[in-house]
Amino acid sequence: MRFALVAGLVFGLAAASPALAANGDPLPLKTPPQGWSFEGPFGTFNRADLQHGFQVYKEVCSACHSLNRVAFHTLSESGGPGFTDAQMKAIAASYHVLAGPNDKGDTVDDKGNPLTRAGTPADTFPPPFPNEQAARTANGGALPPDLSLIVKARNGGPNYVYSILTGFHETLPKGFTVTPNKYFNPYFIGWNISMPPPLSDGQVTFVDGSPNKIADEAFAVVTFLSWASEPHLEDRHRIGVGVMIFLIVLSGLLYLSYRKVWKDEAH
Amino acid sequence: MATTTTAETTRRDFLYIATGSVAAVGAAAAAWPFIDQMNPSTAVLALASIEVPLETIQPGQSVTFKFRGHPLFVRRRTPAEIATAKAVPVSDLIDPIARNENLPDDAPATDANREIKPEWLVVSGVCTHLGCTPTAFEGDFGGWLCHCHGSQYDVAGRVRKGPAPQNLAIPVYSFLTPTRIKVG
Amino acid sequence: MSGPSTYVPQTGFTRWLDSRLPLVRFAHDTMLTFPTPRNLNFWYAFGAILTFCLGVQIVTGIVLAMHFDPSANVGAVPGSSLAFDSVESIMRDVNYGWLLRYVHANGASMFFLAVYIHMFRGLYYGSYKAPREVLWILGVIIYLLMVMTAFMGYVLPWGQMSFWAATVITNLFSSLDQITGGLKVGTHVATWLWGGFAVDDPTLNRFFSLHYLLPFIIAAVVGLHIWALHVPGNNNPLGIDVKGPQDTVPFHPYYTAKDAFYVGLFAILFAFLVFFAPDFVGNPDNYIPANPLVTPADIVPEWYLLPFYAMLRSIPQKLIGVLVLGGAIVTLAFIPWLDTSKVRSNRFRPLMKQFFWLFVVDCLVLGYCGSQGVDAAPGGVPLVWVARVGTAYYYGFFWVLMPLIGLIETPKPLPDSIAKSVLGAAQAPAE
Repeated sequence: MRFALVAGLVFGLAAASPALAANGDPLPLKTPPQGWSFEGPFGTFNRADLQHGFQVYKEVCSACHSLNRVAFHTLSESGGPGFTDAQMKAIAASYHVLAGPNDKGDTVDDKGNPLTRAGTPADTFPPPFPNEQAARTANGGALPPDLSLIVKARNGGPNYVYSILTGFHETLPKGFTVTPNKYFNPYFIGWNISMPPPLSDGQVTFVDGSPNKIADEAFAVVTFLSWASEPHLEDRHRIGVGVMIFLIVLSGLLYLSYRKVWKDEAH
Repeated sequence: MATTTTAETTRRDFLYIATGSVAAVGAAAAAWPFIDQMNPSTAVLALASIEVPLETIQPGQSVTFKFRGHPLFVRRRTPAEIATAKAVPVSDLIDPIARNENLPDDAPATDANREIKPEWLVVSGVCTHLGCTPTAFEGDFGGWLCHCHGSQYDVAGRVRKGPAPQNLAIPVYSFLTPTRIKVG
Repeated sequence: MSGPSTYVPQTGFTRWLDSRLPLVRFAHDTMLTFPTPRNLNFWYAFGAILTFCLGVQIVTGIVLAMHFDPSANVGAVPGSSLAFDSVESIMRDVNYGWLLRYVHANGASMFFLAVYIHMFRGLYYGSYKAPREVLWILGVIIYLLMVMTAFMGYVLPWGQMSFWAATVITNLFSSLDQITGGLKVGTHVATWLWGGFAVDDPTLNRFFSLHYLLPFIIAAVVGLHIWALHVPGNNNPLGIDVKGPQDTVPFHPYYTAKDAFYVGLFAILFAFLVFFAPDFVGNPDNYIPANPLVTPADIVPEWYLLPFYAMLRSIPQKLIGVLVLGGAIVTLAFIPWLDTSKVRSNRFRPLMKQFFWLFVVDCLVLGYCGSQGVDAAPGGVPLVWVARVGTAYYYGFFWVLMPLIGLIETPKPLPDSIAKSVLGAAQAPAE
């Protein structure tokens, strides 16, 4: 893992240094050394990676990024992180979601805070900010995008998000000045990104003692976010293999039938 | 087409039958998603079960919740109401069946068979006549009156005056804690 | 021509029905016994493949419409719309919704892949020539309806590309202002299309209504298309007329079996896309909810519209660009009268054949130009100039080469008949 990081840095440097005229073109994307378990026709999500990734999202990213389209009940459904029903309900209940008006018609409590209730499986993850304006104010005018579809909404998919998360520590090329209040990231278009480096080594401690360098944390959270963007990926691959086999067999039979039908006819 | 012997016919037909069968199986398998997509989605199923907090409901109060798209009445009965309900013989009732999904289909409509704890009545708010929502604390039996066609229910949600044919239905529910029930 | 009907009802019920509404006779004559040239090759399977595609799109579209909400208004998810949210609900919550959506979206691409092959086949074998001119024009009408349907369909998810593609294309109509002066016809047309001052909720709603309607109009025109085909009967790779029954075979079982096999192969490609690369032909920007205040870095239509997009952008003057774009499709309707050759099939037209393949390459090059940014200049070559040359060749192929080549070319000698050609297969010229 450490070697891979160093190799990545070396390659990153080698790729970045020819661009001495800081043109802001993003570097070619990085791929994690172990590859993505969900790629390819037989790809599946690794449950441990998904649970680690959920932990990274919850402890780090959720401070600024919403996950508006992911409902709690999906956390225990097949093809996902594989929490038990009880664990999923506990996770849901640990969140505060907006509650409707109480019997008196109030929507805020005595201190003016919106009324909340514990989350249920039917709820989606509540956002860290009540609206876009509050989110921008808290983040220097930039709007942290919702992450429910981020892996599908970017060219390069998981490799893009992984490159961004692990790309903050590349060496600044000569002659390039970082815009004030932004951060250098050569995988982002223009090389100036509004998000401060979110991950650091050992920031999230995984209960099972898995490695937690930046690259590991990034790998886990990107796996989780890939599931969040495409929760039915495993169904799709599994059914797809069956359909392809079926269609190849059927096409074979149709071909033999076609040949038999035309056997005695010149064409 | 050339004439064929029986043996050739069998060989050729087998291929066509095999092809047709495989295609038919495929068509049936392909049809299933089109049918299943009309079944309730996972979002709807997630709301198939609700949890109802009971702390804020006062004795003598009836609160209406939304459960599977319909009203659900949760009523905290006073001791007087409980006594009244228990005093009614089943033979006096229009509908002698308990209509309680937590009990067997033929359980009689005694007051005890209409709840888990006597203080709490949890009953569907859909009139068994034509589906209107009855109003609480109206009618001659202290329960509910349905304004659509005049059906009346008592404090155990049992029909006492028609045209409704059945007692208000009791859904599957259980106490998670003394102040919280899960319905559905 | 198919000759008199040979259908004889076998049961009491079928005799009764036949004398009241000859449905079974109609199916028998058009789909079972219809005499079809015996030498139709792989390229002739795309009619059946297209029918399969239309059926798939209509059936998946109808079930998707059970869950789709055509509203641009914000719903439960901030920064999004009910339309976008309903599509995500289809993907996440509806049973097999992800499958239906991916089949419908990739099905549109497969539909266009098939229709382009079908059209190129018609061009190569001269299927547009007399007496099949109306057949060809009906085909152009179907193609135009397909383009309109696909364009409106792409707007429905209300993603960034949906919104901005709708904005760019509907804005084209405002270019009519240039020739209508104070009347501002263009602006009025654009406003009328939008139902407002910009693409917004009213636009989305009406696009949904029309997107649901048009496929059924397509189905009706396909009916006319097949009727127009059955009057003279199918063309064939040799381009020579059917001389008698020895040249044909009944459609069933010969072409039902052959088409079924090719539909099977097509389905394999379709399934590969749907199950293993469902977002390959799509654009990631369409997974971002529409934002009228933020334009994506590159507005790109779906691949099947890229050649026309390249033509449009190659002309700096907006109105001329629109006319060039529209003219490219309208030109197709004139082809039966532009081609002066007495010989139908390019198998026997050695000169035209080369220009045809150059035309195919031209369409691919135009498509590539359309996919790149406006200022793209790979290897120092500005693509806008490549697109201009490509557009010139596109128009030149139809308006200059087709009339000219037919007059100066010496075609190869045609075979006497299909049957003779098929029986002496070793002597038939290569495609």
